[in-house]
Amino acid sequence: MKQYVIKRALSAIPLLIVISFVCFVFINLIPSDPAEVALRVRQVPIITEEAIEEVRAELGLDKPYLVRYATWLLDCLKGDFGISYVNPTRTVAGELARCLPATLQLAGASLVMVIVLSLPIGFLCAVYKDSWFDKIMRCIVFMTTAMPAYWVGLLLMWLLSIKFDLLPTSGNGSWKHLILPAFTVSMSYISTYIRLIRNNMLENMKQDYVLYANVRGLPQRLILVKHILKNSMHTCIVAIGMSIPQLISGTIVVENVFAWPGLGTLCISSIFNRDYPVIQTYVLLIGVLFVVFNLLFDILQTISDPRMRKEDK
Amino acid sequence: MNKILEVKNLNVTLKNRQMQNKIVQEVSFSVHSGECLGILGESGSGKSMTAKAILGLLDKQFTICGNAFFEGKDLIEQNKEQLRRLRGSEISMVLQNPMTCFDPLYRIGNQIAETFAAHTKWSAQEIYQQSLMLLKRMQIRDGEEVLQKYPHQLSGGMLQRIMIGIAMALKPKLLIADEPTTAIDAITQFEILEEFRRIKQQHKTAMIFITHDLSAISRIADRILVMNGGKVVDKGDFKHILYHAQDPYTRLLVEKRTAVMTSYREVIHRKKVQYA
Repeated sequence: MKQYVIKRALSAIPLLIVISFVCFVFINLIPSDPAEVALRVRQVPIITEEAIEEVRAELGLDKPYLVRYATWLLDCLKGDFGISYVNPTRTVAGELARCLPATLQLAGASLVMVIVLSLPIGFLCAVYKDSWFDKIMRCIVFMTTAMPAYWVGLLLMWLLSIKFDLLPTSGNGSWKHLILPAFTVSMSYISTYIRLIRNNMLENMKQDYVLYANVRGLPQRLILVKHILKNSMHTCIVAIGMSIPQLISGTIVVENVFAWPGLGTLCISSIFNRDYPVIQTYVLLIGVLFVVFNLLFDILQTISDPRMRKEDK
Repeated sequence: MNKILEVKNLNVTLKNRQMQNKIVQEVSFSVHSGECLGILGESGSGKSMTAKAILGLLDKQFTICGNAFFEGKDLIEQNKEQLRRLRGSEISMVLQNPMTCFDPLYRIGNQIAETFAAHTKWSAQEIYQQSLMLLKRMQIRDGEEVLQKYPHQLSGGMLQRIMIGIAMALKPKLLIADEPTTAIDAITQFEILEEFRRIKQQHKTAMIFITHDLSAISRIADRILVMNGGKVVDKGDFKHILYHAQDPYTRLLVEKRTAVMTSYREVIHRKKVQYA
């Protein structure tokens, strides 16, 4: 078991290196001169060739490509992600650390919503298959997966905040501010998981072990929860694990709609300002999150399945 | 010998959107205590469906009519909860694929215990003792260790024994064995059949043995019912089926079997000649 975990963890390292390289290359392919942009953002009145050269040297942009990548990567490993072009008094790490809690709060609330809503609904849909409840839910699931999040966000904002004045439109502060953006982020995930859990459960109901549980006269509730739900959850675990980084990165649009001061808002403003170190670090962070969560839930699934668990002897 | 189960004019229909599919038609039989009724038929002949219909194991899309009296009570009229209480305690069943019948996520001990917990008021300690006894009765060694095992760590024959053990643990009046020897190898098959014979003699349990295997049924059944296309086409003891069957389908089944056995004997005989 230990060996397996170590093996899996080591196999993630080359992947992380590739991610960091791709992220570095793509950001540097953006067709504008960051030195010039930096000067413009700092509101330098007259931009001369000398000034650009000076900034270029200051930001380390005059060195060759691979050297820049290597220094960047080594700095990243030390936890130093560079300094913002736009505001040289601030470090990238500091900027991200400032915005991360708000995003984690939003993503966390969304994850809770996803689990709290999709699990019981998916469960009920499977148990009462083809009932009116199942039919209505299927309809809603179909509709919500087809609607883009930012548009639903705007509609909800109009309905709940402006029309009925129940919730604040934007910003953050109280838990009330959290409801609308969290729901907007989680909506399509809720639909996906309702379907996933429902279909998984229906698939499991056809298995022999369910028939045998019935043959042994086990109470229906026990069969549904202990056997069918647990077996279905098993396949959902990895999907949910993979959704966590998706939820964190997925907040990017919704944060802007609701003026949520998190990573998404930071990222968008950095893109507008051509603040390369911030964008680069954001992309790297999301990439690393995907790899880490994938790894984590893969291992978790292996541990929780007695068939996949290797015997330690 | 008292009558344990009497099935009268049992019909099972599968309702599709337009079609009404008659899966079991007008099946009647009875089983007495200490007796084994064999139900013989190929797959799709409705033999398993008959058993499942009696136990209330079919979905809503199947309609069942007729009577199945178990100790005077009509099983078809019982509600779900009443049937659940009967299943596993008064009437138990052994299924075909022991390898897939246990939930892969739980230890064997857990799955035996939940069965006991569903039917008795035993304490955890009693349940544990009874589980060990169950394995001992089935001649499984290292009971404590086996209880800690997951289903995939045990062999098919072992799981089949455990299944029979669970079925017999609460001393049922009726045991239904639905092709219990089909999915396991020949040597284990022999042992499992011996187990059923022992149960029949020792416990005087009424038994229904469902199979498509003529040799298995000849070893265990006192009376045989031949099913084809959802109907009972022939009934009688094994000799009757073998030599005097009226129905063409039964004749075909016997002839094929005899043909296989003849060529089998020929091969063995030829080998003997060669060795001599």
